[in-house]
Amino acid sequence: MTQPLLYARNLVKRYGRVTALDHADFDLYPGEILAVIGDNGAGKSSLIKAISGAVQPDEGEIRLDGQPVSFASPLEARKAGIETVYQTLALSPALSISDNMFMGREIRRGGIMGKWFGMLDKPSMDAFSRQKLSELGLMTIQNINQPVETLSGGQRQGVAVARAAAFGSRVIILDEPTAALGVKESRRVLDLILDVRSRGIPIVLISHNMPHVFEVADRIHIHRLGRRLCVINPKEHTMSDAVAYMTGARVPEGIAA
Amino acid sequence: MSDTPDPVVARNPSEKVASFDHHSRGALDRVQHFLHRYPTMVPVIVLVLSVLAFGLISPNFFSAFNLSLILQQVAVVGTLAAAQSLVILTAGIDLSVGAVMVMVSVIMGKLSVDFGIPVPIAILIGLAVGGATGALNGALVTRLKLPPFITTLGTWNIFLALNYYLSNRETIRSQTLDAEAPLLKFFGERFNLGGAVLTYGVLLMILVFAVLWYALNHTAWGRRVYAVGDDPEAAALAGIQTKRVLMSVYIVSGAICALAAWSSIGRVGSVSPTSFFEANLESITAVVIGGISLFGGRGSILGPLIGALIVGVFNSGLRLAGVDVLWQLFATGWLIIVAVAIDQWIRKISS
Repeated sequence: MTQPLLYARNLVKRYGRVTALDHADFDLYPGEILAVIGDNGAGKSSLIKAISGAVQPDEGEIRLDGQPVSFASPLEARKAGIETVYQTLALSPALSISDNMFMGREIRRGGIMGKWFGMLDKPSMDAFSRQKLSELGLMTIQNINQPVETLSGGQRQGVAVARAAAFGSRVIILDEPTAALGVKESRRVLDLILDVRSRGIPIVLISHNMPHVFEVADRIHIHRLGRRLCVINPKEHTMSDAVAYMTGARVPEGIAA
Repeated sequence: MSDTPDPVVARNPSEKVASFDHHSRGALDRVQHFLHRYPTMVPVIVLVLSVLAFGLISPNFFSAFNLSLILQQVAVVGTLAAAQSLVILTAGIDLSVGAVMVMVSVIMGKLSVDFGIPVPIAILIGLAVGGATGALNGALVTRLKLPPFITTLGTWNIFLALNYYLSNRETIRSQTLDAEAPLLKFFGERFNLGGAVLTYGVLLMILVFAVLWYALNHTAWGRRVYAVGDDPEAAALAGIQTKRVLMSVYIVSGAICALAAWSSIGRVGSVSPTSFFEANLESITAVVIGGISLFGGRGSILGPLIGALIVGVFNSGLRLAGVDVLWQLFATGWLIIVAVAIDQWIRKISS
């Protein structure tokens, strides 16, 4: 098998007497959708935060493309090409789609106006945003200067995913992308996830929704008691298998109890 | 859908989810959406209507003299409202703007008159002190994480006390300024513009609003100010250093208060430690009537300019109509309540 794009070994994170990550491992291969599932409190979000730079593990190593990395903040992870779509989406509701797409990495105009007066290049930013949304099949959003709060939940998720896809050159992490959505909107977001993968960017999908996980994931990482219990192939296991492993009702074959 | 079917929708029915529904909206809904899009239209309509109404009531109202007088009267509070707007856009509030302004005017006056420092340097020191007061407010809000209301309630008292200490509660008289520091009264000087008599203080106010309008709408800094005011957590997750943005807002706001201080010396004609006692609340009034949301992140910077003008028009119009001064306060009070009620209504659109 090829070398993992994102690789972590023996990650440990303690909060006082609570061990959130207990020598956890993680592998993400190029071009795949890896689902991360686990019971509440299993340490999924600590694992994702360690990878996306939101927390710093006490022990263990993380490699991106074979190179050891340590992210002091989400900003550093972003600079390395790891984009995270948080459950809260991190969009500013009163600002436009275009403003949100470029939040924190705006494009300035060339020449004196850009250099001395910091003038933004709004036409380029609008055109880029429109292009990225169209690429992901969100072209029915007509007005790129429409405030995000006037969009539906699925459209907002679409904007957040489009933003991550536009700038996430290596890895995109999606935290519960369908949790707040209705059936139709979830459908749209799942299609969006498949679209992003087809463009070659691997995705880490954290979700509680087993049907969604089994539908789109190439591999499923099951997290239990602060560590990786196993990685299963959704084609060889059923949803009830996954739930049984996740809750400890059953132990997967080949794993010592 | 009444319009021609979108080919994308036709091919894939799930695309429909991503379309924007333009239909089935009542008239009130449309008004709400319009105001949501252009929040400054409320104060603009109020200003136009009140100018027309007062013009009909008292014929003197429309004279160039009276209209320019209104501009002169709102110049100082208007400039201060610009400073206040920046802080309110970040979902904060600055109760200390008036105290900073008076204290800085005392510092500028004292340094030039009592200490014999060249006036331009005294003015620069005053501007630096203004920025420093903002830095203090900003540090308390970002480092100690104190609520802006409490922070600036505290610093308001502190700056007021320092103001009395530095001034010895003495006024620097107009004649003294004329003799030793005429530059301090620059913004009170008048010039003629097509029959209207304006002061440079009016130009300063307009200039401050123009610069802020540009900075807020056409620079990355401005977009970040809105984002931080709208949802600070989302802004931080999107990679914005929210503390740095807040800090810059308070410093710029403090420096604008110092400009207002210079302008106020020209308006009053002297340096008085007891002047502009209500400037704090008047600046907040102008911002609120101008349609900037107290919850942050919403509203145009030009709104407070119009808000200040509305208050000026009401005061002037009611006075010319021979109405008791107390009804000016009464009217301003209702304006504030109506403005906030409209803001609440507009914000409901997102839910």
